[in-house]
Amino acid sequence: MVAEAKKAALEERLDGLTLPEGGGWLAAARRDARDRLDAVGLPGRRDEYWRFTNPAPLVARDPEVSDVSQSPDPFDGYESVVITIEDGVVTLPDTLPENLQIGTLREAGEADIHWAKDIYGTLEAMGSRPVLRPLATLNSAYATDGVVIRATGPVAKPVHIRTTGTGDPILHHVVRVDADASLTLLESGTAGARSNVATEIDLADTGAFHHIRIQGPDHVRHPNTHLFARLRQESVFKSFTLSANGLLARNEAVIELTGDDATAHIAGAAFGRGDFHHDDTVFVTHDAVNCESRQVFKKVLRDGATGVFQGKILVKEGAQKTDGYQISQALLLDEDSQFLAKPELEIYADDVACSHGSTTGAIDETALFYLRSRGVSKRDATDLLVLSFLAEAIEEIEDETLREHVGGRMADWLARG
Amino acid sequence: MLNIRNLHVKLEEEDKAILKGVDLEVEAGKVHAIMGPNGSGKSTLSYVLSGRDGYEVTEGSATLLGHDILEMEPEERAAAGLFLAFQYPVEIPGVGNMTFLRTAVNAQRKARGEEELSAGDFLKVVRERAKELKIDADMLKRPVNVGFSGGEKKRNEILQMAMLEPKMCILDETDSGLDVDAMKLVADGVNALRSEGRGFLVITHYQRLLDHIRPDVVHIMSDGRIVKTGGPELALEVETNGYADIVEGAA
Ligand SMILES: Nc1ncnc2c1ncn2[C@@H]1O[C@H](COP(=O)(O)OP(=O)(O)OP(=O)(O)O)[C@@H](O)[C@H]1O
Ligand SMILES: [Mg+2]
Repeated sequence: MVAEAKKAALEERLDGLTLPEGGGWLAAARRDARDRLDAVGLPGRRDEYWRFTNPAPLVARDPEVSDVSQSPDPFDGYESVVITIEDGVVTLPDTLPENLQIGTLREAGEADIHWAKDIYGTLEAMGSRPVLRPLATLNSAYATDGVVIRATGPVAKPVHIRTTGTGDPILHHVVRVDADASLTLLESGTAGARSNVATEIDLADTGAFHHIRIQGPDHVRHPNTHLFARLRQESVFKSFTLSANGLLARNEAVIELTGDDATAHIAGAAFGRGDFHHDDTVFVTHDAVNCESRQVFKKVLRDGATGVFQGKILVKEGAQKTDGYQISQALLLDEDSQFLAKPELEIYADDVACSHGSTTGAIDETALFYLRSRGVSKRDATDLLVLSFLAEAIEEIEDETLREHVGGRMADWLARG
Repeated sequence: MLNIRNLHVKLEEEDKAILKGVDLEVEAGKVHAIMGPNGSGKSTLSYVLSGRDGYEVTEGSATLLGHDILEMEPEERAAAGLFLAFQYPVEIPGVGNMTFLRTAVNAQRKARGEEELSAGDFLKVVRERAKELKIDADMLKRPVNVGFSGGEKKRNEILQMAMLEPKMCILDETDSGLDVDAMKLVADGVNALRSEGRGFLVITHYQRLLDHIRPDVVHIMSDGRIVKTGGPELALEVETNGYADIVEGAA
């Protein structure tokens, strides 16, 4: 039974939205998602994982958007295969490196047989089982387009999905990394939009997926993202997100370790001020032996900004030798800002090593004095200490060039913020 | 150069007086040493002069080249030429030593209305100075003081001093924790900076440092006051007899 309020919210949200045209397997997947959505309605303030973040701006029919359709490309200067999505229109690159297949979701949906069929909506549905994720389910039903990416071997160049435009795009990407294949995905955007982006990532045995996402620095922005990853034996998943500013960002990640000896790392660095509200909601499930997972999230909040972290490690029965780690930390630059954290461990195996921690702190006065005594202004010294605080999250980026690139971008934005 | 008159300082948070009337004048070109028992207020004096929070000046004054420094922000004092080598240098993860040095040097230049050093020029000077202090390229790249040994941290303080070229240098126990060779390196670093226009205030517990850095004047601090002032021989007297006689003699 769906509460009346949720049903009403759903009806209002869907007013004017129609299921995208097309037939085939995609239409069936959409209808299935639509049915599941009907059964659950939209999130409300009282739902367990929405107590810290008001879903209203994300579920409202008319989004608040700005006229900033394009902010500077944060990966500018970093060589990649670029896919642009402008106001929902996907443009694919002309040439591709070896071992890489790219298509639009629309085209893939028209094909009689397509590898994406087994993934689309499937990982989302799996991830919606322990905890409802109605906005992701809505995405599976109503996404107008997206990108399907398959790595059949090591892909030499990263793929960059750059989303621009304002408005209210709903996009759905599907990624498959085959055995012994590896792929790096970069994501940037959106600018002044409210966006709902779902990405399903299926990793075959020994597949490796690296994900670097940069959101910002536009402030009038409501990104709502959902990552769903399924890891098989010895596969590797590493995702990092840098967020600068934003009225409301809700980044969800649902990771299932289903094959032995797999590794999943997810990290984020976020900073903003004033009416900045940033929410990371992560759910990692260990359902295999000897897997490692790691969550590292850092937020810098000032002038009344709010940071949210809800992170769970679920270790299922039989998932022995699990190594699970989770840390979330906030640096509050004033007393008006707040960090709300909900770290959770749920363990049904006996031979595991899991730890989690969450801290909220202010600027270290001794370090601040040390820097100022060297002639650095209070403002610049604070910036340096903010960088210092966020550096631990940036360290999670494995590739050195990318790490330096993202670190540089962060420093630029901080200096200008 | 540095002129301290009847300086009284208490803790901001509680009613505890720490400095109880310090009088001290360091002339340009001179090296003054301060010795004194643990807890006598030496570090407090250095912090108050460089502007650390938590202390309240209840009486007296301190001027640097005639400017009242007690009213200035810490960074203004630095730009005015004051430098403190910390007793416990602070670790700053994630900020490269080089970035930190360059930010500091350029911030001071900017505050003084001078042009910023170009990346190239800066690198050249840093490399030179670092080499003299046996600080290798790796230490320059690493985050500020993170994972540095005690001796490396102290040498890093001297490197900062050499780069910032302050007018008035305060060294708080820069010698403690140093092995014989490192002590020599630090002393050489300080001696290289000795000049007509620069004053030094060296806080130490040991005569040994003063063998390398010959002080012009030695002060003994006890219970928040300078209780005795003399020449280098005063340090030798402390080394042999301890503080008891001096402190009692003054009381
Ligand atoms: N922030 C503070 N809070 C409490 N007590 C303080 C504080 N700062 C200084 N004191 C006290 O003031 C006194 C002087 O301390 P200070 O560190 O200046 O001594 P010192 O001469 O440098 O000693 P040492 O030789 O051990 O370094 C000590 O009793 C110390 O406990
Ligand atoms: Mg001391």
